[in-house]
Amino acid sequence: MSRMTRSVVIGVGVLAVSAIVGVLVGPVHIAPGDALRWFVSFGHLPSGMSEQDAAILSNLRLPRVVVAGLVGASLSASGAAYQGVFRNPLADPYLLGAAAGAGLGATIAVAFGPETAFAVTVPFAAFVGAIVGVGLAYLLGRSSLGGRSATSLVLGGIAVASFLTALQTFIQQQRAETLRQVYSWILGRLGTSGWDDVRIALPSVLVALTTLWTVRRLLDVIEVGDLEAESLGLNVARLRMIVVIAASLATAAAVSVAGLIGFVGIIVPHTVRILSGASYRSVLPLSMLFGASFLILTDVVARTAVAPAEIPIGVLTALVGAPFFVFALRRGARVT
Amino acid sequence: MTAVLPGEAGMRLARQPAVGVRELGVRRGDREILREVSFDVPAGSWVCVIGPNGAGKTTLMHAVAGLVPFEGAVMLSGKRLDAYRRRERARLVALVPQQPVIPQAMSVDGYVLLGRTPHLGLLGAEGREDVIAVRTVLERLELGWATERRLDTLSGGELQRVVLARALAQDAPLLLLDEPTTGLDLGHQIDVLELIDELRREDGLSVLSTMHDLTLAGRFADRFALLSQGRLVAEGTRSEVLDAATIAEHFGAGVRIIGDGEIGWAVVPVSQRREPRP
Repeated sequence: MSRMTRSVVIGVGVLAVSAIVGVLVGPVHIAPGDALRWFVSFGHLPSGMSEQDAAILSNLRLPRVVVAGLVGASLSASGAAYQGVFRNPLADPYLLGAAAGAGLGATIAVAFGPETAFAVTVPFAAFVGAIVGVGLAYLLGRSSLGGRSATSLVLGGIAVASFLTALQTFIQQQRAETLRQVYSWILGRLGTSGWDDVRIALPSVLVALTTLWTVRRLLDVIEVGDLEAESLGLNVARLRMIVVIAASLATAAAVSVAGLIGFVGIIVPHTVRILSGASYRSVLPLSMLFGASFLILTDVVARTAVAPAEIPIGVLTALVGAPFFVFALRRGARVT
Repeated sequence: MTAVLPGEAGMRLARQPAVGVRELGVRRGDREILREVSFDVPAGSWVCVIGPNGAGKTTLMHAVAGLVPFEGAVMLSGKRLDAYRRRERARLVALVPQQPVIPQAMSVDGYVLLGRTPHLGLLGAEGREDVIAVRTVLERLELGWATERRLDTLSGGELQRVVLARALAQDAPLLLLDEPTTGLDLGHQIDVLELIDELRREDGLSVLSTMHDLTLAGRFADRFALLSQGRLVAEGTRSEVLDAATIAEHFGAGVRIIGDGEIGWAVVPVSQRREPRP
């Protein structure tokens, strides 16, 4: 079995275990046997199980695990894709301004749009915002800061993120009646995840991740620089555009249903690289698998560590992610 | 390993030049980098572009590879370069750049596999034949032992051979080598050049290279194109291009040419300012 096949098998295994843990752990104890019987009976209530337990599983735990998985996979794969296409180990939806742009877009949709159409307007506005955020960060990092270095792109991203976040705060202040709605969403909404969120995120996530998975091999070609990649027959500008759009779509979907969750796009791809090598042929699929598992398990910690209260999941990912960022910075510094 | 298409073989028989550069001009902003450059690379030959720093040698290589916009024309196997699609072009021309970007963490076989890119479908994965092509090239360049090594664990000489291996994996009939011996010690320089010469003879490749070392260039290449300030000032065989007066004029260096004797052909610098030290 090749190293990659083995890693994928491990990744699927870890995801399955994470999902089971995510479904079983919670304030109300539900026996694993009951949960399994409920699961295989496809929603029919098995004997000896209370209706309330079944409702907890189907309306609270399961959608929450699915949303966490989708969000984790999206943020990790986007991070890996941005890192590949910008040849920058520090690229991440959060640090590039993509997430902040998505946040601003979603806030505008919540503040000014009709509430009945949120399922459509929020993800769309988030997508537009994410593209604008990354685009600005890329232009700033390239031109104003005069560098092709890894840090100039991230500095551009931080400037863009601060600016867009300020705009977002301003809009919140202006539209005080929607303040609570937006605020609870910014903190990370996994606590209220339901099947509606799955419906909102799933189409974008499927399209985006399928696209990224398809071009994963070409991200290896970009590693040798634009000029050499062109000499190998690759249309670099077009690939970069496709990847940025797909990664921003995934980021926007994640932000639309879960708010701002940082550093996942740094933590997961870098860990995967250490485990299975630097080729995007394995980094991309494995980032999706391990990203999903990572966020499902982080969410389990977030809702049990200080139960009955919940820690916002973004706080936990930042706690792990910030030190990891320093680690990636040191690795990156050695490369450039 | 080189599977030559019947069509291309036919063209070669017809003695069409591998590359025809016609009135080539390249501008970057207001600056004119190359102007009205015309010469041929006869099929199966090794043509070396020489010239002082800033003469436009690298730009010329990039133009022939289709990587910079230009005026005039570059004919590739008798057809205009811009008439080829990107991937077709990459199947005909392989470039070894002067300073290749080395993705440090990539494995040697992963890197050489990138050379197969123009042969894969846009979305296709590499097949058995691509893996075999990579293995064959690595064996041939005596890199079989390094297959799974990371690029950042290799020495300069090994790295140069790995970059050459990637270009050969492209299976292109034309090889563009921009200063293929940069940063190598004398022994490794000769190793690489002899290897290129051998590959060219065995596979019938055409080679267009730039080189700084005129002695080595003179020993390996068939023909020479001398660029100076973006213009082609001399073109032809060694005896036609590489004489002391021409070199003095364009390189600003006094040299003596030692002809074919016991030690072989060489360009030897002599000081213009003072007598050689005793």
